[in-house]
Amino acid sequence: MLGRLSLAAIPFDQPIVMVTCGTVGAVLVTVMALVTFKGWWPYLWREWITSVDHKRIGVMYMILALVMLVRGFSDAIMMRSQQALAAGHAAGYLPPEHFDQIFSAHGTIMIFFVAMPFVIGLMNFALPLQLGVRDVAFPMLNSVSFWLTAAGVLLVNLSLFVGEFARTGWLAYPPLSELAYSPGVGVDYYLWSLQISGLGTLLSGINLTTTILKLRAPGMGYMRMPVFCWTALASNLLIVAAFPVLTATFGMLLLDRYCGFHFFTNDLGGNPMMYINLIWIWGHPEVYILILPCFGVFSEVVATFSGKPLFGYRSMVLATMAICVLSFMVWLHHFFTMGASAGVNGFFGIMSMVIAVPTGVKVFNWLFTLYGGRVRFTVPIYWTLGFIVTFVIGGMTGVLQAIPPADFVLHNSLFLIAHFHNVIIGGVVFGVMAGYNYWFPKAFGFKLNEPLGKAVFWCWFVGFYLAFMPLYALGLMGATRRMQHYPNVHWQPLMVVAFCGAVVIFCGIALTVVQLAVSIRRRDRHRDLTGDPWDGRTLEWSMPSPPPAWNFTHLPRVEQPDAFWAAKQAAKSSQVPERPGYSGPIHMPRNTPIGIFIAFFAFILGFALIWRIDWLAVIGLVGALAVALRQFWQTGREVEIPAEEVAAFERPTMREAA
Amino acid sequence: MAVGRLLRVIIAMCTGNPGPPRISASPNTWLQRSRWSALAALGLCALLTSCREGVLDPHGPIGRSERIILTDATAIMLAVVIPVIVLTLAFAWWYRAGNRRARYQAELQYSGRIELITWSIPALVIVFLGGIAWIGSHDLDPPKPLTSDHPPVEIDVVSLDWRWLFIYPDQGIATVNELTVPAGVPIHFRLTSTSVMNSFFIPELGSQIYTMPGMTTQLNLQADDAGTYEGLSAQFSGPGFSDMHFTLVATASPTFARWIEATRARGGVLDEAAYTALSRPTPAGAPLSFARVDPELFETVSSGKLVTQWSPEEAR
Amino acid sequence: MSAAGEVLEFGAGVPLSEQGPAPTRVVAGFGFWLFLLSDIILFSALFAAYAVLSGASADGPTAAELFDKKHVFLETLCLLASSVTCGFGALAVVRSDSRALYLWMIATLVLGAAFLRLEASEFARMVAAGAGPSHSAFLSAFFALVGTHGLHVTLGLAWLVIMLLQAATLGFQPMVARRFFCFALFWHALDIVWIGVFTIVYLGAH
Repeated sequence: MLGRLSLAAIPFDQPIVMVTCGTVGAVLVTVMALVTFKGWWPYLWREWITSVDHKRIGVMYMILALVMLVRGFSDAIMMRSQQALAAGHAAGYLPPEHFDQIFSAHGTIMIFFVAMPFVIGLMNFALPLQLGVRDVAFPMLNSVSFWLTAAGVLLVNLSLFVGEFARTGWLAYPPLSELAYSPGVGVDYYLWSLQISGLGTLLSGINLTTTILKLRAPGMGYMRMPVFCWTALASNLLIVAAFPVLTATFGMLLLDRYCGFHFFTNDLGGNPMMYINLIWIWGHPEVYILILPCFGVFSEVVATFSGKPLFGYRSMVLATMAICVLSFMVWLHHFFTMGASAGVNGFFGIMSMVIAVPTGVKVFNWLFTLYGGRVRFTVPIYWTLGFIVTFVIGGMTGVLQAIPPADFVLHNSLFLIAHFHNVIIGGVVFGVMAGYNYWFPKAFGFKLNEPLGKAVFWCWFVGFYLAFMPLYALGLMGATRRMQHYPNVHWQPLMVVAFCGAVVIFCGIALTVVQLAVSIRRRDRHRDLTGDPWDGRTLEWSMPSPPPAWNFTHLPRVEQPDAFWAAKQAAKSSQVPERPGYSGPIHMPRNTPIGIFIAFFAFILGFALIWRIDWLAVIGLVGALAVALRQFWQTGREVEIPAEEVAAFERPTMREAA
Repeated sequence: MAVGRLLRVIIAMCTGNPGPPRISASPNTWLQRSRWSALAALGLCALLTSCREGVLDPHGPIGRSERIILTDATAIMLAVVIPVIVLTLAFAWWYRAGNRRARYQAELQYSGRIELITWSIPALVIVFLGGIAWIGSHDLDPPKPLTSDHPPVEIDVVSLDWRWLFIYPDQGIATVNELTVPAGVPIHFRLTSTSVMNSFFIPELGSQIYTMPGMTTQLNLQADDAGTYEGLSAQFSGPGFSDMHFTLVATASPTFARWIEATRARGGVLDEAAYTALSRPTPAGAPLSFARVDPELFETVSSGKLVTQWSPEEAR
Repeated sequence: MSAAGEVLEFGAGVPLSEQGPAPTRVVAGFGFWLFLLSDIILFSALFAAYAVLSGASADGPTAAELFDKKHVFLETLCLLASSVTCGFGALAVVRSDSRALYLWMIATLVLGAAFLRLEASEFARMVAAGAGPSHSAFLSAFFALVGTHGLHVTLGLAWLVIMLLQAATLGFQPMVARRFFCFALFWHALDIVWIGVFTIVYLGAH
């Protein structure tokens, strides 16, 4: 009746999990009760849950990512503390079956449910505003994408309380992830939550690529787009090209586990090496999907706060698209030690280094944007400078490991762990934090508290070095990754230092929450009244903060890059031609609950498939299809915003610059 | 003096105070400065510690070549990375908004000369490192035999759950979790796995290589100096992974010959039945040895005919 | 999204990239193209797996032993013919000719269903002969690749039925016409994938 599900699935014998369960449950109940008593449900439903507005969806992605950052980070601090304790004969406090789930969950959550939502959230929020249009190409699909990601989040977190998570690492290599060696539901939780959220991500990639290529303000040709839009284009093209490979590969593993197929099994001709190739053909573009928009954020931030245009716009575009293409030609560097021939290893090693060339060009272009500028030391610039310093070190250790014989002694060691955290924290996290501080006033109408923002930066910066420089050393000393315990007692001091670094980063995360709370409390002091708090260069700053639902009443006419800056300069030097205030109504897409409904049924389907509850799976599938069909017949999908409402918002900010 | 000033400038900039550099050692600057020196000292300590063991302390020709590649490549790249870091901080500081002495070049957004340099520097470094990568991949290709006057010692390796089995096909003996080899003689490994992927790695001798069920990989290493070297698995393989340690003992050739005799004297037969018992999931125990080994055993295992299955309890 | 009454006008010589947001028909079509490209990449991964595993028959039946070329030729005829009828049906949408639409699209349905029937019988024959997907890696790859294509065809036919119902209930409004256009793209893409399957899997078997 309930498939493999029974009360035994709840880990009553694991106190840490039960306490977490209790705490999370209590928090959820409190939040729900608060929302109910304050009568906020109608508002939340109408303005956020059913919203198809890219700005609202972008904010929701960021909130989701921030919450999952807490979950992923608590996994991290458990790993660090276990390794700080379990030296020599000490066993630490996490037995292998628990520790193995923790490091698998940590990687999965951080990549798929923290980094991806952060980056997609920023792109969602900023792209239509920078492109000078009203919304993305497919607003309803946008909502579906977000809620499918949320369904994946729900499944992954549910695995903590009902059943178990995968114990295979974040990429679930076979044969270990096959039914023969992972008979439990852990790998199934992993596969289904990622298939569901992966569909959401693919739809997002299609949506944003179409937006950038087909929806831009009049006059905004390709070479007049902000660089953030170029990097977002590259990233979304990579999503469209790479995520189907992930879907197919996970599909094959699911067929192995559910239907007795033999893609990657040990018997009857299965080939585990093929999984590793396929998964990394997705995996390497994935990391560029994460970093490219962050490069775009840094480009915008550096130009804005130096008060001059980005240096070398054309070569930035060229470098971005080169990285996009090259990212598909380097995947084998993730398994040089799997026994490929010298020629194959050498080819992929060289290609991996070639990709460092356009990245280096970007760094120099940022440098020369600072050069000759008037640099204002705001919080986003702190993150940018911290990024440049940190990322070049991480890039160096990456190019080092791209030399196959060097990788032969460093593969899978803590040196590798230090390298990829170096580039992901130094690149993606720092970039997201810069973008968050940069665009927050546009989203909410007030700035974030600056001193606290700087404190957050220092905690992350110092914490990162404390946590990961010891790991570089440990890797060189022969320490491998994923150790639940280790015999060399003299490695322990370095592990303890790494743990201290994690604690410092935790302070940074806590301060982020404090910064948000304080900024909300003191929002009247930091109001953004002009819509242009940073003396910005791109079109999003020409709108009020926050912008109206329709963004631009009158689509701007663009004649050069940095369109808003050009308009401000023109307004200063001459009379701005009076544009008639637009007086007609505007049609915008109607809000719809289809996103959350489809995601709900997708979650039911995923849960049912994990626990082999056939009738529930049918309900999930039929429900999702029914919702989609109902939507298919909807004809009244636009809402008209009356002219009076539009006129009330019409504030000629470009004219006010005069 | 100039260094001290530069340091103070960088520190003052990092505290977010773009005013003129403070000359007196106020508590705020002192705290920042001591934080920086603490970090630097930590980095130096870590680096020095790591020189005394592991990858930076090789005891064989493969490991030594690889260390040279590591240090040379790092030095070449630092020659670019360090100036970039210094320039970043220097440009940001000098061109800060409060500095009226800096020349504001609002329209500087393109310079052919700078573009040429910014594309050339990374390209040249990569051409150089790419050459190292190509030549190094071929010279240090794991299956490539080592040049030596001595014929290689053959060892067949099977990664079990969660121990290591070493079969000496020429001597007809086998050991678990401890292997003895003559120092200064090349060792030719053929490797496979009994169930899931592992990676055979002795950091102080050099390269690692994956072990995979139903397949055979090859590796050539040599221990030049007599001693005991730690080995491990570098690819996560399940609940007992952290215990998959083994030791390689390198001795003089006569000692090696005596060791073989002693192993034969201890008895024990490794046939298919014994192998099946050995390959049951077991956390690491004391080293074992076998005086006689079925000569077909490694072929059978490496062709995937004796794959170990785990019960659900063993998989936890 | 549009402002009622806002018309964007451009002088001669303004490139398409500077003409502002594209009309809905273009945007929808482009997005669907991207989806089709992503689907083709999904198939590429399955083709790659087939290429790697095609020899791994584990002492079981091999491709040459199993495939009935005449049967496959018949399947191919059905599918290609259904593409032709689909093309005529799409033209009927452009003309808003509902009689021709139903004629051609029901022909497409019949031919597509015939393809599926033939494929299902081939699968059943193989499973009965002990050559099901769980018998070797080669068979797993075969069933996954050809089966995924068959699943796409099935979903396409279901979509076609829904579209005919939409035409009946909503008429030929722009939204419906756009969707028929996307369906036609999808159907032709499946044809292209089938040609790949036919060539690599069936003709390549030896």
